[in-house]
Amino acid sequence: MSVGNSPYFLIAVFMVAAAGFALSPLLLAYLWAKYFSPQKPGPDKNAVYECGLQSKGDAWIRFRSEYYLYGIIFLIFDVETIFLLPFAVAFTGLPVGAFIAMIVFLLLLVEGLVWAWRKGVLTWR
Amino acid sequence: MDEGLRNELSKQGIFTVTLSDLYNWGRKNSVWPLQFGLACCAIEMIATSMSRFDLARFGAEVFRPSPRQADLMIVAGTVTKKMAPQVVRLYNQMPEPKYVIAMGACAISGGPFKQGYNVLKGIDRYIPVDVHIPGCPPRPEALIHAFMTLQKKIDAQTFTGVGRPRHMDPDAPSEFPVPEFGEHDLVPPSNPAVWRAPKLARET
Repeated sequence: MSVGNSPYFLIAVFMVAAAGFALSPLLLAYLWAKYFSPQKPGPDKNAVYECGLQSKGDAWIRFRSEYYLYGIIFLIFDVETIFLLPFAVAFTGLPVGAFIAMIVFLLLLVEGLVWAWRKGVLTWR
Repeated sequence: MDEGLRNELSKQGIFTVTLSDLYNWGRKNSVWPLQFGLACCAIEMIATSMSRFDLARFGAEVFRPSPRQADLMIVAGTVTKKMAPQVVRLYNQMPEPKYVIAMGACAISGGPFKQGYNVLKGIDRYIPVDVHIPGCPPRPEALIHAFMTLQKKIDAQTFTGVGRPRHMDPDAPSEFPVPEFGEHDLVPPSNPAVWRAPKLARET
């Protein structure tokens, strides 16, 4: 059985064509960059982009994990105000059930705050 | 390519084009400006990019927030001496080939604030400006005219010879020196490679 009759021959042809299809634009781009767009690097051009300012210090600093707990607790009470404002506006017209539901919601959040406070999250060490 | 030969061929129905023509045709219709405004001229620049004046017709609506992706710096507004080093550094961080439009009286000369102790008297003292637009502020039509002027300039550039872009010239510097804050003024007060004080010629 010759090579041309092999059932895998067409697949091999396809693979070569596919590789050529993918690689030839890369090769063309490389040749274009080499002959028509030579690189001109410099200290400013290779520097870290910081809105034109010179960057100070290291970008790879560590944040304390307390910061995230503090931030999450702040976020919870920040969002709570969104619920509190319509609650306060509609306060006089509210039925007793809605009032109790809101108080339960508030107490749940306050419980979380008390838990975090006792755990010492709010003291910055 | 010889102009006479091209005419002769086109009479025979053969359309010819050079590689640099194709390259410039693509380049001039996809100029991406740096998203960068300094003062009130930036408002006119924003208006130009919006639907009424529609800079997208020139392929230049893609304002890039990073100098790494921008081809064109539109210096839109008063350049203070505090800001000048940042402007030059941003220009240095843009990839070649890059162009500058100095928009408005302030960017080209200091404008109404020229006498101010803190105002740079034209950004062309530090970076090479391709198109100057006068006006305070220039109308969006003026900015569009500057774009068309720049497109004409890009179209005329060649790969070799005198009119080639800076990055094709191995002797041209890759960066322009960033001025520093001195005791009274920026040091140096101007870049002599791109700007010289005009000589006053008195008629006798």
